[in-house]
Amino acid sequence: MEFLTTHGAALFFYLFAVLALVSAVMVVSLRNPMYAAFSLLVTFLSMAALFVLRHAEFLAVVQVFVYGGGIMVLFLFVIMLVNLHRLREITKFVDHAPMAVMLALLLVALIGYVFLSVAFGPALVSPAEFVSVEGEVVGNSQAIAWQLYREFLLPFEIASVFLLVAMIGAVVLGRET
Amino acid sequence: MLEITTVHYLVLSFLLFTTGLVGILIRRNMIIVLMSIELVLNSVNLNFIAFSYQLSDLTGQIFAVFTIAVAAGEAAVGLGILVALYRLRHTTELDQAAELKG
Repeated sequence: MEFLTTHGAALFFYLFAVLALVSAVMVVSLRNPMYAAFSLLVTFLSMAALFVLRHAEFLAVVQVFVYGGGIMVLFLFVIMLVNLHRLREITKFVDHAPMAVMLALLLVALIGYVFLSVAFGPALVSPAEFVSVEGEVVGNSQAIAWQLYREFLLPFEIASVFLLVAMIGAVVLGRET
Repeated sequence: MLEITTVHYLVLSFLLFTTGLVGILIRRNMIIVLMSIELVLNSVNLNFIAFSYQLSDLTGQIFAVFTIAVAAGEAAVGLGILVALYRLRHTTELDQAAELKG
């Protein structure tokens, strides 16, 4: 029990990291898009858990709502809309797949070497920073809302216009002609 | 080993990014390619949040909110294109969409 309270965060990090990685590899390698969609859901949910471990509680909830809810329903709806039986005949990978995988492994080796040779030092974090508004301790979502509606008001409005444009675009593209 | 640092998050986010990148490069099925793009965008969010924690600055989390908004719009438009392609060619294979004028 003492081990759990001292090293619990690390254990959860490794658990969810492995879960996210394995299901991400399954997304890329499974033939049936339906199975791939559900492993994508597992990846999104374990990433939400990883967000919580880094004191991003509001983003974890948004992740579950937007990715686990909205985007996943969109994907499942489209998978059901298109005819799955036709997909069985096609070959899964493109012809140059081995070369692409090899180049990706090379990239992993290169960037991984860089990551392992840098040291950031201890994190500057005091969790109170994430939950305080003008020195007063509130909550993560309130602190984000405070910043979002004050310092980032213009990008926020642009994002809402962007979402409107995307919605109209999707309706126009999906329309029967 | 048991202390989780920013580097742990960077390595995990980079591995997820590479997995998504490989998916974009090697798969023929457009649905899976769109899913891989979501994976890439989500791994970037992980990076933002790790650095937001490292620097004790909320701006990283704000930026991740915008990334999620862009990912949602991208999924909607991408799947709209997929449905349009399926209407035209009755397939979701990307090789079938090689012509500019169909």
